[in-house]
Amino acid sequence: MTDMVMYEEEYRQIQEVCARLHRDANASAVLLIDKNGQLISEAGDTGHLDTTSLSSLTAGNVAATGGIASLLKEKEFTGQFHEGEQINVHISIVAQRVILVILFDERSSLGLVRLRVRRASDELSSVFDSLLAKVQQPSTPSIFSEITDEDIDNLFKD
Amino acid sequence: MSFINYSSREINCKIVYYGPGLCGKTTNLQYIYARTNPDAKGKMISLATETERTLFFDFLPLSLGEIRGFKTRFHLYTVPGQVFYDASRKLILKGVDGVVFVADSQIERTEANIESFDNLEHNLYEQGYDLAKIPYVVQYNKRDLPNVAPIAELRDLINPEQVPEFEAVATTGYGVFDTLKAVAKLVLTELKRGR
Ligand SMILES: Nc1nc2c(ncn2[C@@H]2O[C@H](COP(=O)(O)OP(=O)(O)OP(=O)(O)O)[C@@H](O)[C@H]2O)c(=O)[nH]1
Ligand SMILES: [Mg+2]
Repeated sequence: MTDMVMYEEEYRQIQEVCARLHRDANASAVLLIDKNGQLISEAGDTGHLDTTSLSSLTAGNVAATGGIASLLKEKEFTGQFHEGEQINVHISIVAQRVILVILFDERSSLGLVRLRVRRASDELSSVFDSLLAKVQQPSTPSIFSEITDEDIDNLFKD
Repeated sequence: MSFINYSSREINCKIVYYGPGLCGKTTNLQYIYARTNPDAKGKMISLATETERTLFFDFLPLSLGEIRGFKTRFHLYTVPGQVFYDASRKLILKGVDGVVFVADSQIERTEANIESFDNLEHNLYEQGYDLAKIPYVVQYNKRDLPNVAPIAELRDLINPEQVPEFEAVATTGYGVFDTLKAVAKLVLTELKRGR
C-alpha cells in the first residue's frame, strides 16, 4: 500500500463532505481517520474530544475487528455501532482504507446516520481515488525533494 | 505507512517498539512521556491487563519539531510481548515506518529475545515487509542488572545486520532518547530516499 498523502484541494473536498455529513445526519461530530490511526479530518463539536487518542483507539478497534473477520473467513465487517446512554458511535470503512466515525445523540437516529453515511462514503471514495492517482504520478512534487540530509540532522541536534 | 499532509503541513510516521515480554517496551514509552514537554505530546494510552502487561498496545503521539515548515509527528506504539498475543502484534505492525527491537539483556532471556526477533521478521514478512529494508534499531535494555549477557553475544544473535544499537536502562532513561532519535532519523531519511 502506498503512503497516505493529503493535498490542499482534496483536503478541502473532504472537509466539505464531512461538514455536510455532520449537518445532514444531525451528528454531534464526524471524524475521518486513516487505518493507521492518523486523523485526517473532523467536523462538528470536536473541541472537547481528544481526537488523537480517539483516532488511535478506533483504528486499533477496526484492526482487531478486521482480524476477527478474517479468522471467521469474512471479508470485512462493514461497520460497527456502539450505543451509549448519551452518545452513540457509528464506525464504517470507506474506500478500504479510511475509517469514518459518526458520534450522535438523541437528536439523530441510526437510520438517518446510515442513510447519510452511504452518500458521504461514495463521495469520499471518489476523492480518495483521485488522491491515490495523484500520489502515484511521478510528476507530483514532494516536500522530500526539498528536505536535505542536513535538515534531518538539524532536527536531532541537542 | 507515513501520512504526509500538505494541507496541515505535517509529516506523520509510525514507530513500533517490539521485543519479548517484560523487556521494557512500555517503560521506554513511559520515560519518553514523562520527559517530554506537554506541548510536544498527546495522551499516552495503555491497553493493559490488571498486572500491567500490555494487552493490545501502548500509544504515545509525539512531535519532534519542524523541517522546512512541516511538523514531524511520530506515533509510538508498543506491541504486547507475551508469546500468545501474536495476532495483536501483527495488527500493530500494519503500516509501520520504523521498528525498535528492545532486547532484555538478562542471560536467562536469551531464548526469548531470539524467539521474539524471529517472530518480528516473520510477521513483517507476512505483511510484505523485509526487516533488512525498513528503518530499524536495536536496544539492549536492562544493562543495570548483574546477570546480563555481553553485548557482542547479543549482537550476534539479534543484530546480524549491524543496525544502530544502544545500551539502555529504560527505568532510568539511559539510552531511551538516543534510541528514539536514531529510529526517527532513519525513518525520515528513508522517506526522503523513497521519493
Ligand atoms: N532493572 C530494570 N528493570 C527494567 C528495565 N526496563 C524495564 N524494567 C522493568 O521490567 C518490567 C517490565 O517492563 P515493561 O516495560 O512493562 O515490559 P514490556 O516489554 O512492556 O512487557 P509486555 O507488555 O508484557 O510486552 C517492569 O517492572 C519494569 O520496571 C531496566 O532497564 N532495568
Ligand atoms: Mg508493555
